Amino acid sequence: MRKQRIVQVSPVSIDDASARWQDILRSGAEAVAVPLLAVLGALVVFGIFVSLAGVNPFETYNLMYAGAFGSWFSWQNTLTRAAPLILTALCCALPAQLGMVVIGGEGALVIGGLAAAAISQALPDAAPLVVQIAMAIAAMAAGAAWIAMAGGLRHWRGVNETIASLLLVYIAIAVFNHLVEGLLRDPASLNKPSTPHIGDANMLSTIPGTDIHWGLAYGIIACVLAYILIYRTTFGFGMRVAGGNVKAARMVGLPVGRLVLVACGLAGASAGLAGMVEVAAVHGKANASLIVGYGYTGILVAFLARHNPLAIIPVAILLGGIGASGGLLQRRLGLPDATVLVLQGLIFIAILTSEVLYGRLPWLKKVKS
Amino acid sequence: MSADLLGWWGVPLAVLAGAIRVSTPFLFVSLGECITEKSGRINLGLEGTLVMGAMSGYAVSYLTGSPWLGVLAAGCAGAVFGILHALICSLPRVNDIAVGIALMLFGIGLAFFLGKPFIQPQAPNLPSIPFGSWSDNAQVQDSLRINALFLIGVVLAPALLWCFRNTRWGLILRTVGDSADAARALGYAVNRVRLFATAGGGFLAGIGGSFLSLSYPGSWSEGLSSGQGITAVALVIFARWNPMLCFWASLLFGGAAALGPALQSVGITQGYYLFNAAPYLLTLLIMILTCSRDRTLAGAPGELGVTR
Repeated sequence: MRKQRIVQVSPVSIDDASARWQDILRSGAEAVAVPLLAVLGALVVFGIFVSLAGVNPFETYNLMYAGAFGSWFSWQNTLTRAAPLILTALCCALPAQLGMVVIGGEGALVIGGLAAAAISQALPDAAPLVVQIAMAIAAMAAGAAWIAMAGGLRHWRGVNETIASLLLVYIAIAVFNHLVEGLLRDPASLNKPSTPHIGDANMLSTIPGTDIHWGLAYGIIACVLAYILIYRTTFGFGMRVAGGNVKAARMVGLPVGRLVLVACGLAGASAGLAGMVEVAAVHGKANASLIVGYGYTGILVAFLARHNPLAIIPVAILLGGIGASGGLLQRRLGLPDATVLVLQGLIFIAILTSEVLYGRLPWLKKVKS
Repeated sequence: MSADLLGWWGVPLAVLAGAIRVSTPFLFVSLGECITEKSGRINLGLEGTLVMGAMSGYAVSYLTGSPWLGVLAAGCAGAVFGILHALICSLPRVNDIAVGIALMLFGIGLAFFLGKPFIQPQAPNLPSIPFGSWSDNAQVQDSLRINALFLIGVVLAPALLWCFRNTRWGLILRTVGDSADAARALGYAVNRVRLFATAGGGFLAGIGGSFLSLSYPGSWSEGLSSGQGITAVALVIFARWNPMLCFWASLLFGGAAALGPALQSVGITQGYYLFNAAPYLLTLLIMILTCSRDRTLAGAPGELGVTR
């Protein structure tokens, strides 16, 4: 009697399994198709926009492709720009697991870059590897403290973390200017106040055979670690539970405060590392060139990747490519440098609007049983 | 007393004058955001709206020769951004904070793109009313030269408060903001009310931007706004969604922002860049003091996500 029942059940469960696989495939295809549609839609609107500005849209697309992915040279440029974007995107994506919208990556980047430049001055005679490690640790600690502040204010005082983290960006820039114009200023930097150069020996090297610095590898490793943390550890599970329903998380005894602080700390460390990479691999010193908006583009990357750390890598490369093509658009078509910002804004709006499409694409609709 | 040297008395005077000058954009953006948030939605995109208003106001003032047309154009540009925000937010599953961030980045990018040709030329500025003509002192006269837009803001704040409390429109707005379900049950179209509220908020924020480019500092450049929009959003929370408190808070913030330049004018240059952080630090401190972990703020619209 019992055995018969099991026999009856099993064919159903096979059907269930195949349906589940179909479901996973369907949602996977949807997770790729919807953002792609959004980016395409934004590109079409952007084409209309540039044609209103009197520029041939197809020439623009063509040049953008050439500037971003058209040659090995442009690929290297794109990947170099993608490195800080990956790290600042993590700054938004990690707290997002807890349902928090942190947009202060720019502040952590600036403070991290400043800390890295400062610590290199404190170690004049150390070996390059020691200096590099010290710079990375200082930058990550400074960035972590910066974003953890926003997280702590949220947790203990109920201060909205979006506004707090953005206010901290402006405070970070003021502190940066104060120190770069004063205590840490290299007297030789006349027109553009900067910290002293960190020294050629201390610069991050490039990946062999390329002009791309190791910061890209840091970013990819950070993404993989973040993915494991979020989806493969108890801590990450706790984060996602608290992000789904904070009351339920408190009820089952999850340490929500610790989750918030650690997530924000890791987020800030990641953006701080982006600052260190920019200082130690690109500029060699901390000055105004550090404040170019990588933190803000990182927010867009995180949203476009739906806060999935592994998806951040290709999205950051795409956005890095758009950034890299800006120079070419400026030189060849006479478009202003803000063209890239307009396209980024359009993509951001499109990606948020595309939330509506989930579950509604006709060829990816859930099969009703 | 000598004609141009007030000595240390110059500092409070400069802070007061600076407070009036610097607070005007804060005042308009916070009043606009107050209307929007009363309807139960937060528009973080006002930073972008502010920059867009500054650019379009300056451009129209330059092209037509009339600064007041510029102010109107800035308001309209702001209203368009408000409408865009409201339309996207009325779609299902769309988060108003995220849309605000997107519009902030888009507004700044668009303003930089369109504003490129207007960085060099000088557009006619808004007129100021000399309240200091009784004095012989040039510094006093200069400090009391108050812009007309500020005076409009002074009238607007109590008028808005009165509208919220005593008019049918104010009641509908507060109902929608406190409970969308109740408003729906009463037969009001929630999304339409929020559309008007966000468009009106954008209009005022755009005007606030035009003050930056048409009065103080009085020219268009890409570094014109540095977070005034987002500070004003925070300020509304501090002001507990009360337009009159928004006015006093704006003055306070204006004063904080004017402290660095005022001290510089009497020769204290140390820490000049740190004083730039004063308004943001003040905002943060005030938010720390007024927010609470356990309860929602008194006077907060019930539908507002940012306080929960």
